[in-house]
Amino acid sequence: MSDSDPRDAVLEHIPSLRAFARSLTKDPTRADDLVQECLVKAIGNFDKFREGTNLRAWLFTILRNAFYSERRKAVRETDDPEGELVASLSVKPDHDGRLQLTEFQAAFQQLKAEHREALTLVGALGMSYEEAAEACEVALGTMKSRTNRARKELAHLMQLDEGAATEITDSQTMSVVNQSGA
Amino acid sequence: MPEEPKPSNQSTDLIDDNLKKAFRETLDEGVPDRFKDLLDQLKKTKSDSRSEESSK
Repeated sequence: MSDSDPRDAVLEHIPSLRAFARSLTKDPTRADDLVQECLVKAIGNFDKFREGTNLRAWLFTILRNAFYSERRKAVRETDDPEGELVASLSVKPDHDGRLQLTEFQAAFQQLKAEHREALTLVGALGMSYEEAAEACEVALGTMKSRTNRARKELAHLMQLDEGAATEITDSQTMSVVNQSGA
Repeated sequence: MPEEPKPSNQSTDLIDDNLKKAFRETLDEGVPDRFKDLLDQLKKTKSDSRSEESSK
């Protein structure tokens, strides 16, 4: 195929943009609205994209910025824009280390947004640290350390790390664990 | 350069497996028509700015 419209290349990134948006918003409907906003901005500003540079990272940056600017607005309206408190109640760690997917997702949603995005980009979408760092507009070392911390945090929530059980001090978590063990 | 200690490979694999599973459904959906249509529409309204070949 000859190089027709360079903007056509945006299409192939839509599935991973949707996945990324879902991990940020935790809500499929909001996620698709965010993707739509991202596409409008990307096509509207396509003259700012330098051909030959990484289109995927560029698109992810746009989506990410749209998400965080919306979230900053939401923070002014409510103390808990992400429903973090609600999400934090739903994890059931499993001692045999084999979590069901829903349990994994519950644990994943407890992570900080910057950790969720690092794991989504690197772990789920297979981006290099370089590309993920570019997408999130942070230094390479920052992306590496976020990814490592996110994995640790998740391993902890999933009780994959030794000694995790003894570190549970949070009373909410304890009560959830106790209830679910019945 | 010293890096932070990494989580064990086993838990990393398990986490990555779950991550991929968690997002596979979305990825497998491909591109919904909603976005194909949107992209076509956006390209039409913006088609003037990209018609000239960029400098070589």
